[in-house]
Amino acid sequence: MLHLSFLIILLPLVGFGVLLAAGRRLGDPAAGIVGTCFVGASFIVSVGVYIALLGVHAPVRHYGQNLWTWIPVDRLQVHAALYVDPLSMTMVLFITGISTLIHLYSIGYMKGDKDFPKFFLYMNLFVASMLILVLGSNLLVTFVGWEGVGTCSYWLVSFWFTRDSAASAGKKAFVYNRIGDVGFLLAIFLVYDKVHSLDYQVVFAHIGEIGSGNITAICLLLLVGVMGKSAQIPLFPWLADAMEGPTPVSALIHAATMVTAGVYLLCRVNPLLHASPDAALTIAIVGAATAFVAATIACAQQDIKKVLAYSTVSQLGYMFLAIGCGAYTAAIFLMVAHAFFKGLLFLGAGSVIHGLHDEQDLKRMGNLRAYLPITFITFAIGWLCIAAVPPLSGFWAKGDVLDNTWAAHPALWVVGIVTAALTAYYMSRLTGLAFFGKDRWSESTGEAPALDAAHAHHADGALAEPHESPWIMTVPLWILSFFAAVAGVMAISGSRFSLANWVDPVFGASLYHDNLSSTAVWVLAIVDAVVAIAFVGIGLWLWSQRSERPALEGAFLRGAWYINELYDTVFGRPSERLAAFCADVVDPKIIDGAVNGVAGAFRGSGTVLRRTQTGYVRNYVLGITFGTVVVLGFMLTRMWWG
Amino acid sequence: MSINPAWYLSLSVVLFAIGALGVLVRRNVLIMFMCVELMLNASNLAFVSFARQLHDIGGQVLVFFVLVVAAAEVVVGLGIVVAIFRRRASTNADDLHLMKG
Repeated sequence: MLHLSFLIILLPLVGFGVLLAAGRRLGDPAAGIVGTCFVGASFIVSVGVYIALLGVHAPVRHYGQNLWTWIPVDRLQVHAALYVDPLSMTMVLFITGISTLIHLYSIGYMKGDKDFPKFFLYMNLFVASMLILVLGSNLLVTFVGWEGVGTCSYWLVSFWFTRDSAASAGKKAFVYNRIGDVGFLLAIFLVYDKVHSLDYQVVFAHIGEIGSGNITAICLLLLVGVMGKSAQIPLFPWLADAMEGPTPVSALIHAATMVTAGVYLLCRVNPLLHASPDAALTIAIVGAATAFVAATIACAQQDIKKVLAYSTVSQLGYMFLAIGCGAYTAAIFLMVAHAFFKGLLFLGAGSVIHGLHDEQDLKRMGNLRAYLPITFITFAIGWLCIAAVPPLSGFWAKGDVLDNTWAAHPALWVVGIVTAALTAYYMSRLTGLAFFGKDRWSESTGEAPALDAAHAHHADGALAEPHESPWIMTVPLWILSFFAAVAGVMAISGSRFSLANWVDPVFGASLYHDNLSSTAVWVLAIVDAVVAIAFVGIGLWLWSQRSERPALEGAFLRGAWYINELYDTVFGRPSERLAAFCADVVDPKIIDGAVNGVAGAFRGSGTVLRRTQTGYVRNYVLGITFGTVVVLGFMLTRMWWG
Repeated sequence: MSINPAWYLSLSVVLFAIGALGVLVRRNVLIMFMCVELMLNASNLAFVSFARQLHDIGGQVLVFFVLVVAAAEVVVGLGIVVAIFRRRASTNADDLHLMKG
């Protein structure tokens, strides 16, 4: 079964090909069903490979599959090769599983969209790219997937490109990711320069020859790369804008899978991070800062998807914090749990938006539990998960991260627990505003919500009563809420679901062991639980009855710490001025000057020289004769006096 | 007794000069054409006399080439002259200055 690993990538790729060739003809909903089936088949193959991998003896539990030699140039030998081990398998399982559910959900959500087949085309390509990213056995194959998901993210964020905001959000996502990619590329070059190989296992085997300074440089460059993809400070503002894409895209790409690529990459290169404590500490600090800053911003956002977007940034910060502490298992645990509950929350938000005919403003929701019962129940599970209320998965995952942080860097633990409190608070605020209180959506505000022709399927009356979504959208919600609730079993050490046992062969010696006493673990768990429950209570109490509390929504937080304005002032405006200078001075004066100057010089010399072209044969003959005489005379003088 | 080769060369120079002068000073296309032929044959004479004096057959071989080229040139050149004459009823070279820059 292991040798069928390539099918995991090939199936969504074939789905992409089929949709590319016949998507328009298949139409709505056949194109969606085709897309879903291919991704679902990929999931089934993944489960098969997973079972086969379980059968391999743990210390050698990995499988490399060399498909073909991709770049054979002298010493640079890059193979298109896959590497299946517990880490990549974990990624593959939840990527294909959640992708299948979100594809299914999208059949309902995107119903009636005029670009319905194109949506699934991009989604299938995205899944294939993401699988290339996690299954690649060397940095360059990973980079191919890395760029593939970035491109699909760009296409899908600006899917409704007729809307100006969506088009520019796509560009923003792409540019931020490119900035990160520069770091990733430089890291690849540096690795090749030192090891003359890009294969992960070869690099790890030669780690002693790289030198500690170079390892730190490689790790920091990789950090720049993952900052872009995983939306960490300072490259995080794009993720909030990426919410312009359709909600299933936000759920799949900007919550569950693509943004966790950075976490995956850092876990993949764990031996390098282990060899560079400075880089690890930097990652921990970046992660903690991102977690805190994003959580504060999420407390004051009005758009339901923006709250979830900043929440995603914050949770990714937690994962980075865990990686920085060397707690890779905790990072992977939180990533998997987060994929379930954040996918669930986004799909729930999509169901709300769908039910309210494209209303995303929390202040115009309220009391939706009465109208969307299934969405409410499943969303509530997601909410309590991310708020880390025991015994749901979020509690175990976040507890794992916080325990390791407490043992490694107590100062960062304080940031972590404050962020946990904020998380519980803002998610309760969101739930309180959306599902409790009065039905504010029915209050006429004088204008219907702005509707766009691009999703005309929602445009059937602005203030119709909210309706529950069809089964095709609620089934994924149920499945995800089940996994979000029970994913905590992976924390039980020694059980067959134990994540720590499963990924141990990958991390091995790099893993940080917190060595906390059982008393300390209990105290920390109780602190986590008390903080979570208390702030869930505070959030609900504050926001379930009233929708306006200006004191808690400062302009600074609503404006996302004015990061966008800062970048605009520091980078945007000077770049604009530079561009204007180039357009107004360099281009017309220097570039055009050079081109026109050359043309002018030739025209001038031509004007002079054309006089010699009289058209009279005798003039030409005279010229030839004179020339001959001169040449002969020269030769004669050379003969006599040379 | 043999004639001094210098005479042959002198004749060749004289013929060539007459030809060149003719091309330079005459306006009639046919005359210019004949002067070109004169120059070609002057050079042929020089070739032959050098070949004889230096005992090198190469000079004589070259003469054959020149003859062939001259024959071809006459064919094309006369054709052009006839064509021009048909259009303009004039053989004055100075009337043909369409290529003036």
